[in-house]
Amino acid sequence: MNLEIALLLGQDGIVNGAIYALLALALVLVFAVTRVIFIPQGEFVAYGALTLATFQMGKTPNTIWLLLGVGILVALIDTIIAVRGGNLGRLKRIVLWNLVLPAVVVGLVLLLEPGKLPLAAQVALTLAIVVPLGPMVYRLVYQPLAEASVLILLIVSVAVHLVLAGLGLLFFGAEGSRTTPFSEAQFQLGTLAVNGQTVFVVGTSVVLIIALYQFFGRTLYGKALRATAINRVGARLMGISNTMAGKLSFTLAAGIGALSGILISPITTVYYDTGFMIGLKGFVAAIIAGLASYPLAAAGAVLVGLLESFSSFWASAFKEVIVFTLIIPVLMWRSLTSHHVEEEE
Amino acid sequence: MKRHLPLLVFLVALAVSPVMLSEFYVTLLNYIGLYSIVALGLVLLTGVGGLTSFGQAAFVGLGAYATGYLTTAHAVSPWLALLIGLALTAVVALILGFMTLRLSGHYLPLGTIAWGISLYFLFGNLDFLGGHTGLTSIPVLELFGYRLDTGRRFYYIIWIALLGAILATQNLLNSREGRAIRALKGGGLMAEAMGVNTARTKTVIFIIAALFACVSGWLYAHLQRFVNPTPFGLHIGIEYLFMAVVGGAAHVWGALVGAGLITVLKQWLQDILPKIFGQSGNFEVIFFGLMLIIVLQRARDGIWPWLIRVLPSMETGERVVAEAEPLPRRQMPATGAVVLEVKNARKVFGGLVANNNMSLTVKAGEVMALIGPNGAGKSTMFNCISGVAPVTSGEIDFLGQRIETLESREIVRRGMGRTFQHVRLLPTMSVLENVAIGAHLRGSKGVLSASLHLERTEEARLLAEAKRQLERVGLGGHLFDEAGSLPLGQQRLMEIARALCTDPCLLLLDEPAAGLRYLEKQALAELLRKLRGEGMGILLVEHDMDFVMGLADRVVVMEFGEKISEGLPEEVQKDPVVLEAYLGGVE
Repeated sequence: MNLEIALLLGQDGIVNGAIYALLALALVLVFAVTRVIFIPQGEFVAYGALTLATFQMGKTPNTIWLLLGVGILVALIDTIIAVRGGNLGRLKRIVLWNLVLPAVVVGLVLLLEPGKLPLAAQVALTLAIVVPLGPMVYRLVYQPLAEASVLILLIVSVAVHLVLAGLGLLFFGAEGSRTTPFSEAQFQLGTLAVNGQTVFVVGTSVVLIIALYQFFGRTLYGKALRATAINRVGARLMGISNTMAGKLSFTLAAGIGALSGILISPITTVYYDTGFMIGLKGFVAAIIAGLASYPLAAAGAVLVGLLESFSSFWASAFKEVIVFTLIIPVLMWRSLTSHHVEEEE
Repeated sequence: MKRHLPLLVFLVALAVSPVMLSEFYVTLLNYIGLYSIVALGLVLLTGVGGLTSFGQAAFVGLGAYATGYLTTAHAVSPWLALLIGLALTAVVALILGFMTLRLSGHYLPLGTIAWGISLYFLFGNLDFLGGHTGLTSIPVLELFGYRLDTGRRFYYIIWIALLGAILATQNLLNSREGRAIRALKGGGLMAEAMGVNTARTKTVIFIIAALFACVSGWLYAHLQRFVNPTPFGLHIGIEYLFMAVVGGAAHVWGALVGAGLITVLKQWLQDILPKIFGQSGNFEVIFFGLMLIIVLQRARDGIWPWLIRVLPSMETGERVVAEAEPLPRRQMPATGAVVLEVKNARKVFGGLVANNNMSLTVKAGEVMALIGPNGAGKSTMFNCISGVAPVTSGEIDFLGQRIETLESREIVRRGMGRTFQHVRLLPTMSVLENVAIGAHLRGSKGVLSASLHLERTEEARLLAEAKRQLERVGLGGHLFDEAGSLPLGQQRLMEIARALCTDPCLLLLDEPAAGLRYLEKQALAELLRKLRGEGMGILLVEHDMDFVMGLADRVVVMEFGEKISEGLPEEVQKDPVVLEAYLGGVE
């Protein structure tokens, strides 16, 4: 290996690491607020990438029908509950978020011929389709189980992953897709050629991380999420609805997932099940951080990205093995430094 | 006899199946049997122990590849290959368990996801294991010269292995080690305080579950006679968990029900779904996923509990506790000797000082009462002494040895029994079994003899001891009630019986009289006097002053984490500092 290859691999690793960092942040966020280990994160990555790719092929993505269907289901359940409880005032919001919004998005997709729109509009439409699925999944699957143990929530997460992955195969087929790059620019940094897309991915990740940091530090909703993460009961007593916190964190996670998918789809071919592997690598990063610390999770993600790209050079067949065994020393260290009998709920 | 009727019908049906059914159904039953063995391990691990693993398929793969490689490349006998595979599996499970099981519960599943993926890719990329094409021409299994070369012939060995595993698991759960396993879910802290090494117990059930999976893999390899990585991937590991959860993860028979249902359903869905969707792919996962979500939302205990209500009861309910030779007791210290000495104990939670500069002694044959207003730090002191939450600084001597750095299970081994302020019991277990957990350290028979029921003499002695202590506290009529169904006062008495089962020479009682009626309190006071007469030291936290003052030999008063007074009951009652702490000063 010479310096040039090392730089190239380093660049690759940092790009992937930036994506893993975003996902790891979302995973830490969702776990802290809802205690859900969000395995289906990867499906949002795939849905984001493949929905955009379908637009660019000039076709209509089937995810719009999923959005519509899930929206109707949520509206139905919430309406029944609202009517039974005599909460008719809530109907307006239920209908707006679960019926009107999806209907508008579907209408736009069908009318506009998104394949001919500029990239930014395609991305916006993609996000409008995929992101609302986050809170809807929370409503349908996790909200009725909000008080269940971490273990039950984890098993349910795996079930949601399977459902979404199966639907992904049904919607997008087994073939992979790639989207057009956001930027065709090339920079020359000494001997190293840097892609515009690389700069774009890393830049977006950094901007998003800063935005999240500001969100948690400065806004009321951000602080509400932090409060829920620290003490669910206490936050509820202060008037912060756990359901709201759950839906908000799932919205953020779905948004980060879909955006990650959009960012990587010009660099790598995305299949319906690619997201799962990407999500799991985000997990490795999150586990390095003990599912608790955001900066550590981001650092872990870059480490995973670099390890992956360098091991694909030296031992490409064992790339995945190497990445996933990385958590072994981490777990070992955590296990040796903690000694305490924890009482699980 | 009527109790066992469904089981008998089932066994007869199993025995005649290969003769009556077509090849297709025999194959299906073979697979159900193989999957049930794996799911059974998950019942023990997830349903009973409250831990889980998504990597069971990888353990199946370990068993299959071990025999596949050894029998083809080195012509090792399949039976020896089984032993080697089991040893390999145990080592891997031990390492994984050591790394993850002392952390909170979700690290094991996450660790097993990573391990499941790694091993899958490893199988597919190692040349000596045949890469993604796998290994072929694995030899036929021979048993006493009888070649098991068809599905029909193989059927019996699979189902005998499964039924053996079910029986062993059931035996294990009804034993001393089994009670420790059942205490893991929701009773870890209590179990540690009763002497159970919960980290070890968790590792043990993780290894057992892995070994079951390994056996299934070994059988699979010799049934199929070839192996490739596909059936050992993560998605299959997830499917095994489905089987256990859907079938009823807390019941050994749930594994069989779940495996049967999922296998048949999968077969059926794989037939019809491609026709509906007009394309091929494993779409059955959509339905399995939805089914699992609904099961967990609506009927978390799975199908088996529902099935058992339809069928006549099959649970083995022993309703008599046989008389047995009493367990040996420890040597009690001489009356008047100091058993416990706390010197300058300090306990800090973050910035909060809960105990500061606390010193006290308890002698054999006396009742020492620790009193003080709510929040004075009495229960914290108890937790420090019993090792549940160790002191930040200071020294604690018990029977002349320093114990402040020991784990609570080591302290109870030395003869200190305790109860909890907020009762800690296993609500669905019987009162008798709850109390028998207290006697954990007085038995020594392990998992293997429990699975084979070779420890029945010891078990009878443990249960007889539990019964004796329950009769002592006046709960002799409630032996087989569910512990959760007792009123709070009686749950406290049950905790005392459990503490007595540890054969203590020092008893720590945290508000034992709370929730008791007047007569029950009198009976309790009588019992404590009797124990004191036998030479036991008793450290008592209690708010009922009539109870305390009528019973205590000496009293220590705490406020704001510090000792404010100490002496005989009548002295303390007159101490102005104490009066101010309880009643407020006169301004």
